[in-house]
Amino acid sequence: MTSQLTQRLLPLVGPLVFFATWWVAVAAHLVNPVLMPSPVDTVIHMAAALATGTLGGDLAVTFLRTSIAFLVAAIVGVPLGTALGASAPLYRSVEFLIDFFRSTPSSALIPLFMLIFGLSDANKIAIAAFAALLLVVFNSAYGVMNARKTRILAAKVMGATPWQIFREVLLKESLSQTFVGLRTGVSMALVIVIVAEMFIGAESGLGHRIIDAQQVLNVKDMYAAILVTGALGYLLNVGFLVIETRFIHWSGK
Amino acid sequence: MEQLVAQTGPAVEAAHIEVRRLSKSFSGSPLYTDFDVDFPRGKIVSIFGPNGCGKSTLMNMIAGITPIDSGDIRIGGKTVKESRIGYVFQQYREAMFPWLRAWDNIAWPLRIAKVPEAEVKARVDSIVASFEIRFDLHRYPYELSGGQQQTVCIMRALVTRPEVLFLDEPFSALDYEMTLFIREKLQDIQMRTGTTMVIVSHDLEDAVFLADKVLLLTRRPTRIAEYLPFPLGRPRTAESMEDPLYLQTRSHALAVFKREAWA
Ligand SMILES: Nc1ncnc2c1ncn2[C@@H]1O[C@H](COP(=O)(O)OP(=O)(O)OP(=O)(O)O)[C@@H](O)[C@H]1O
Ligand SMILES: [Mg+2]
Repeated sequence: MTSQLTQRLLPLVGPLVFFATWWVAVAAHLVNPVLMPSPVDTVIHMAAALATGTLGGDLAVTFLRTSIAFLVAAIVGVPLGTALGASAPLYRSVEFLIDFFRSTPSSALIPLFMLIFGLSDANKIAIAAFAALLLVVFNSAYGVMNARKTRILAAKVMGATPWQIFREVLLKESLSQTFVGLRTGVSMALVIVIVAEMFIGAESGLGHRIIDAQQVLNVKDMYAAILVTGALGYLLNVGFLVIETRFIHWSGK
Repeated sequence: MEQLVAQTGPAVEAAHIEVRRLSKSFSGSPLYTDFDVDFPRGKIVSIFGPNGCGKSTLMNMIAGITPIDSGDIRIGGKTVKESRIGYVFQQYREAMFPWLRAWDNIAWPLRIAKVPEAEVKARVDSIVASFEIRFDLHRYPYELSGGQQQTVCIMRALVTRPEVLFLDEPFSALDYEMTLFIREKLQDIQMRTGTTMVIVSHDLEDAVFLADKVLLLTRRPTRIAEYLPFPLGRPRTAESMEDPLYLQTRSHALAVFKREAWA
């Protein structure tokens, strides 16, 4: 009984200790209050800004940009990655490119994208989509390539055509790896959207709000925006994990 | 010589699978050279031999999974592509489709052959009934025990009513109880349907117990050491393992194996 309750409450310990430490640090004047408001003030400010102010609007804009970038990456990346994975020579011939760009921090490409797309909204979305796309393509291809050989042979010996093997075995088998790509892809898209909003003349979005608040030393608003950004990233990740365990029930079994 | 004697043995049997002048090498080193063997129709043949002598490769070449270098393989006079075969893998976990329930795994070969759904249901239900399955087939493979998964694999291989059923070490990942159960089912199927079966086994007891003939192979380059008939009546039961003919055949096979493996 008690132990079960303890188990349930365990995940709350970390956040509580975090906020308590924050609160004590501020209350005991261990940190400059100009740089760090108390957690209570921050949360109250966040609630107010979400309810009446523009924080909700910034959140919506960032979420929308991330979603579009992610959808583009998924719609292009999954079929592309799957096709690459199904053909070993095709994959070998682009493997280096994919690995190279995957290892290049996408933020390094922001200036290049600024040249191509200008300072528009499309720019932020394009670079986030590009970064996510690489992850999606790589993981989908990897999922198909690492399909169990025995399973393919089993399908073949049962008389499946190459197309049936691709659709009924390779695609299904790659799904769990594809989902890994989608989940890391959406996180990557959010990272790039936030960075782009900070540095590519944005008028809206959480990244823009964070850097703006920092410039005018509106620290309460800065921390509130950071907390909201973190929550957004966390929820996106959890959302994907939930879909994944529901949908790819056999994953890891 | 021995091979000739064995093949013209007492009951003259019709060959179902004919392997002629089969050659196969891996990266330059020959595994089979001009290899000939017949598998009799409606019988169970066990293949037994030292590790790495090419048991799986032989079966996979006949089943059309591994390409041959040269030679000719016929199943009832047809090529493997023209024949209906069933294949049971040792690694059942990797041969099943974990995204499908056990029942749909069994139905899969019929569905890809576009068999009408009503008939799919009838055929799957009938094979399930003949196996007297006591576990829930609406579970996913990963929710079943190893023996249950292998049973599902065998039903999936049999649902198309194959002419030949190939089994590569079907028992090696199973416990003794499950081995006994599947042995009994295979014998049952063979007696009822007369399906030709080829079983690779690394367990001499399994190999001899089920077989009408035991194909004993040498080390590489692989030849037939002996093609041993085991004409004990069916059904064979636990008592059959004390039958003098069984004991004699097993110890003879063991002697041949020792001679070949440590030659
Ligand atoms: N794809 C391959 N490439 C190279 N060599 C191979 C390949 N497949 C099999 N061999 C070799 O051919 C020989 C026969 O392999 P095979 O798996 O048929 O043996 P086996 O009798 O089934 O062995 P085991 O008792 O271990 O199951 C082995 O020496 C193996 O190393
Ligand atoms: Mg083998």
